Amino acid sequence: MSPGTAPGVAATLQRCRDDGRAALIGYLPAGFPDLDTSVQAFVAMVAAGVDVLEVGLPYSDPVLDGPTIQRAAERALAGGTRTKQVLDVVSAVSATGAPALVMTYWNPVERYGVASFAQALAAAGGAGLITPDLIPDEAQEWCDAADAAGLDRVFLVAPSSSDARLAATAAACRGFVYATSVMGVTGARAQTSTAAPVLVERVRRVSDLPVGVGLGVSSGDQAAEVADYADAVIVGSAFVRCLLDAPDRSAGLAAVSALSADLAAGVRRRAAAS
Amino acid sequence: MSVTSDASPSVLPDAGGHFGRFGGRFMPEALIGPLEELEQAWRAAMADTDFRSELDRMLREYAGVPSLLYDATRFSDHAGARVLFKREDLNHTGAHKVRNVLGQALLAKRMGKRRIIAETGAGQHGVATATACAYLDLDCVVYMGEVDTERQQLNVARMKMLGAQVVPVATGTRTLKDAINEALRDWVATVDDTHYLLGTAAGAHPFPAMVRDFARGIGDEARVQCLERYGRLPDAVCACVGGGSNAIGIFTAFVPDEAVRLYGFEAGGDGFDTGRHAATISAGDVGVLHGARSFLLQDDDGQTIDSHSISAGLDYPGVGPEHAYLADIGRAVYRPVDDATAMRAFALCCRTEGIIPAIESAHALAGALDVVPELGPEALILVSLSGRGDKDMPTAAAWFDLLQDPDDSG
Repeated sequence: MSPGTAPGVAATLQRCRDDGRAALIGYLPAGFPDLDTSVQAFVAMVAAGVDVLEVGLPYSDPVLDGPTIQRAAERALAGGTRTKQVLDVVSAVSATGAPALVMTYWNPVERYGVASFAQALAAAGGAGLITPDLIPDEAQEWCDAADAAGLDRVFLVAPSSSDARLAATAAACRGFVYATSVMGVTGARAQTSTAAPVLVERVRRVSDLPVGVGLGVSSGDQAAEVADYADAVIVGSAFVRCLLDAPDRSAGLAAVSALSADLAAGVRRRAAAS
Repeated sequence: MSVTSDASPSVLPDAGGHFGRFGGRFMPEALIGPLEELEQAWRAAMADTDFRSELDRMLREYAGVPSLLYDATRFSDHAGARVLFKREDLNHTGAHKVRNVLGQALLAKRMGKRRIIAETGAGQHGVATATACAYLDLDCVVYMGEVDTERQQLNVARMKMLGAQVVPVATGTRTLKDAINEALRDWVATVDDTHYLLGTAAGAHPFPAMVRDFARGIGDEARVQCLERYGRLPDAVCACVGGGSNAIGIFTAFVPDEAVRLYGFEAGGDGFDTGRHAATISAGDVGVLHGARSFLLQDDDGQTIDSHSISAGLDYPGVGPEHAYLADIGRAVYRPVDDATAMRAFALCCRTEGIIPAIESAHALAGALDVVPELGPEALILVSLSGRGDKDMPTAAAWFDLLQDPDDSG
């Protein structure tokens, strides 16, 4: 797929906003449980209502991930997943028409070559990068490469970010701002965060970009709560669980579809209520 | 002589924590605020004479610092030049690490943090941290790879005796790098009341600079001791390098002395050419791991590769960013020393000096023997004897085949 054929993340989020609802963003590591199944899972997500795909690049030292995603990344790496194949997954899932962002720790990008990676990602039809351990202060090379390749760059903000850092980080983002809802690692949580609405409000004071909220969402009801104040609801570990817990591949894909549908209904519930 | 540093602070790192093209902060945004807060608290503490004198008192009265500078005459006879040992093995807990640990633990207390977390490989940093926490009445949790908890059961028991909770880490390679990952995951969720007491001069800014400045007393003391006793500076300073805290600790005072050669000896494991080693600078691949850009062992995709060394304390696939910088600008030279060469120096030190060195420190001793031909017989060589080797006796006994087979006894 050539660059630009999939709509950008901003256009997709705007379309959702026009529909009076939040967008749904779904994450899985590429190559988990294997390359082919991960592609099929992304296709199933889009078919069941996921708006934006987050393709994880499995990494040996994922410091921001809890046990669920760690285990998935370990399995993807043990199965032989390479950076090149992650780009192949991006290429395959971009055919769904949903924009695909790659979520990656920084070292694999640096190792590939920042400008080369940006070009390869754009050529694969990818929309951009989410970089959990790269802050804008260290990102000049990536920002230049993203500009040259026409890619979105999504940095994280956190409850502990100062107002000055929120403003600077939001200014460096393109596509949306990723608000980590809790101080902690990825993983499904029973309760949604009380810090998240406050953080989203703080971002809105310094930026017009859409704000996505991630970390901990695992059900349609939680998605509806987050959709009440955020522009996008980001779900990761709960999708990984679907595939980890399933007895076989078709059961796993069915669980991914069912969760996608539940979450997609959740992000629309606010619209139904208003 | 004060045992905390009187020297003016080093120029590097810059405000963002960079040593040339190395260092920086490659961390989740959630930890950036806490890292900034830590940096401010550390700088304020170091400018506070009350903090400095309290740390100074603890180091003297509790840790046994300043450590001796020892003229190793019989070892020198074998080396063919005069070799001086900086006796960090005589410090409380048996290594240089107590300097950094007491500094950070006192800082944590000043910041109002009641809980300390730490990573450990073989257990030495964990034991030192548990010691400081017992001494300063702080809660202590130590993350340790499951592989290491199994092969270092005595150190696990030591930490527990000192009141620490030891958490085995079962993810990834189940060794030191995964213990660091797990400590970081704990920290991001507990940072309001918890200090992460990193054990080496690596990680995200301010850790490399802060650990260096807590450890630099090694070199500050040795430089003064050397001038007082011999009326001149050493020609060379030798230290082992894993993450690099004892090496940066002894190098820093000598960095401005351009005539003093600085040698860092990395773990060559089975031999540098076998690929099974921990010689990150010698291997020369730049990348980002655990919060900083430095040299690291990685595959073509940037995935971290396992390191190998007979010395648990050097068995780490990364290295502190300031060492990467000193190598880059040519101020310090880094070379691999393989397991067999290190163990020969280990035995020589035992037999000639009656000192059982840590196997880590034996890499520096082996390196010192190796550089004598470059320096000549009149040279004065300072070696960081960073720790004692009691902890290594099971490894050494197996290496030298000293354990009696129970079937042969009687």
